[in-house]
Amino acid sequence: MPTTQLSHLSMLESEAIHIIREVAAEFERPVLLFSGGKDSIVMLHLAVKAFHPAPVPFPVMHIDTGHNFDEVIAYRDRRVAEAGVRLVVASVQASIDAGRVTEETGPRASRNRLQTTTLLDAIEEHRFDAVFGGARRDEEKARAKERIFSFRDEFGQWDPKAQRPELWNLYNGRHRQGEHIRVFPISNWTELDVWHYIKAEDIELPSIYYAHRRPVFSRDGMWLAVTPFVTVMEGETPEDRLVRFRTVGDASCTGAVDSSAADIDAVIDEVAATRITERGATRADDRTTEAAMEDRKKEGYF
Amino acid sequence: MDLLRLATAGSVDDGKSTLIGRLLYDSKSIFEDQLEAIEATSASRGDEHTNLALLTDGLRAEREQGITIDVAHRYFATPSRKFIIADTPGHIQYTRNMVTGASTADLAIILVDARKGILEQSRRHSYIANLLRIPHVVVAVNKMDLVGWDQEVFADIKRDYTELASRLDFRDLTFIPMSALHGDNVVDRSANMDWYRGSTLLHHLEEVYIASDRNLVDVRFPVQYVIRPQSTEHHDYRGYAGTVAGGMLRPGDEVIVLPSGFGTRISRIETADGPVEAAVTDMAVTVLLEDDLDVSRGDMICRPNNRPAVTQDLEAMVCWMSETSALQPGAKLAIKHTSRWARAMVKDLRYRLDINTSHRDESATGLALNEIGRVRLRITQPLMADDYQRNRNTGSFILVDEGTNVTVAAGMIVGTE
Repeated sequence: MPTTQLSHLSMLESEAIHIIREVAAEFERPVLLFSGGKDSIVMLHLAVKAFHPAPVPFPVMHIDTGHNFDEVIAYRDRRVAEAGVRLVVASVQASIDAGRVTEETGPRASRNRLQTTTLLDAIEEHRFDAVFGGARRDEEKARAKERIFSFRDEFGQWDPKAQRPELWNLYNGRHRQGEHIRVFPISNWTELDVWHYIKAEDIELPSIYYAHRRPVFSRDGMWLAVTPFVTVMEGETPEDRLVRFRTVGDASCTGAVDSSAADIDAVIDEVAATRITERGATRADDRTTEAAMEDRKKEGYF
Repeated sequence: MDLLRLATAGSVDDGKSTLIGRLLYDSKSIFEDQLEAIEATSASRGDEHTNLALLTDGLRAEREQGITIDVAHRYFATPSRKFIIADTPGHIQYTRNMVTGASTADLAIILVDARKGILEQSRRHSYIANLLRIPHVVVAVNKMDLVGWDQEVFADIKRDYTELASRLDFRDLTFIPMSALHGDNVVDRSANMDWYRGSTLLHHLEEVYIASDRNLVDVRFPVQYVIRPQSTEHHDYRGYAGTVAGGMLRPGDEVIVLPSGFGTRISRIETADGPVEAAVTDMAVTVLLEDDLDVSRGDMICRPNNRPAVTQDLEAMVCWMSETSALQPGAKLAIKHTSRWARAMVKDLRYRLDINTSHRDESATGLALNEIGRVRLRITQPLMADDYQRNRNTGSFILVDEGTNVTVAAGMIVGTE
């Protein structure tokens, strides 16, 4: 007698595949956001599984801040080629050059917020009507309130107080031209679920997710990598440390954590024991105010 | 490790957010930075205790007003289970959020304030839990600290609620006395209520048996997406992708495809990890058939001797969720049922239900926001449907306003003819 009770990872995988297929069936021009971070890597893996043995029927898009870790870009190009999907790159630098946004100045300048404009411009230019993201509800309190099919108006805005009711697995992706739906198939996964799944499926990640030595300096209680994109300020002293990244984003605002976890099992042990959320530990962008994420999401952020 | 989805329902001051905060806190699922953030907020607001409710109230407006507006999802795990909590607001005007949060729940926690006993809201939440056929219900009698941990108070509430439940159809009902604020009987056993011999809440959540809740009898496979690789390697491949909505499918099974009624057999059931021997409810798989039939999205694969109704006429209970319009006879709406979209016309509003008194108002002429009633619908094309009581997947639907594209109703089928 085959088992009739699915494991929690199988349930989460099936739920995500169901959502991805639903989008492919109902939308004209979906796209999957792909940053080379672990959540988007899991998303692409799920998309490949959802349509096997046929190719993924939509492209992936990288919102490129220009502040990248080399390892991540190398991984991105290799993975996209393996999966046989088309890569669209939307560049924040191009948005700056075109005068669409103004670069922040000073040693704490970040391109994080500028990404929203680049993202919304790319959605409009390519007429994408469904945009897959790897956001999870456990990441942040505003995200905990967001639907799996999350409606965006013609300005790309999210209105948390006017969300469509979402019932059973009956998703409503109806929208008018110019509006779009953000779709979050791994909404119900936690950071630990993602890591367990990466292990179970033997998914390769960019090497910076595992412990390695690199020059870092301390700012706001986290380790920022020394890169051409950040200015080390007076009183900040770069040192070589054994670190790894829990999240991978813009190199100027993504912090590393002290870690000797060099393989997947060690990372899982570390994540299971950690007492700090991944965004709290590693994202300067979420620390600005209590509602930083909610405010950025309303503008159209990921 | 398996997965349990639970929904919490309570009134404004029942301490629901505090209970969830307590579950997360005592099961060590709250992180230090989250705790520091809410400690700082609590202190700046002058709260007496660290306000665990702030953990779930994620939107600015919620923090400012001290209320929960929208369904929030929270996650925690113990060594035996992963839990997804849909925390739903208890205000009268937010019935639609409870329906939203509870639609997929395996278990509902209904909070009752020990000082106040069963209130109108308790009746409403219980009615909705019953309407949505949530298999397991826990009545959490909270704030026992404020009634001196009195066994009599608990017994009275249990008796009153059992009386209320006798008019409903719960399959599994459990009562737990607790104090979410102090942690009694949430994760750790209460030292103040040694007269209570039952499980703590967390122990109950870990142990409750859910494997038999899903319908494993009636085979239902709504075709979601047709996979055709169009490559030399997979030249003749034609797979029907979908999520099993009921029963168990196996290769070799004799099946029919509805609405056409053509019969064939399942040749293979595939996943990206390879072929499987069987596919059960909730599994996302790809089914291949022996014969080359015309099958497309919205069709339903089932067994020849166990079919859903194929019908354009539905009787259903609906919960109306629109703030800007009312449901009225003659209205035309879009309907989504399994993987099929169609249009529906409201032929008749049989009655509006007062969920506080169970009174059926047959003279009602419409349903406003948060009202529940029984309707008769005529659909533009046949749907393959079961009673919701028999199958939550093939018995549920949503109605969508064709002008605004907003989801305006949740529907549960009570009759097909």
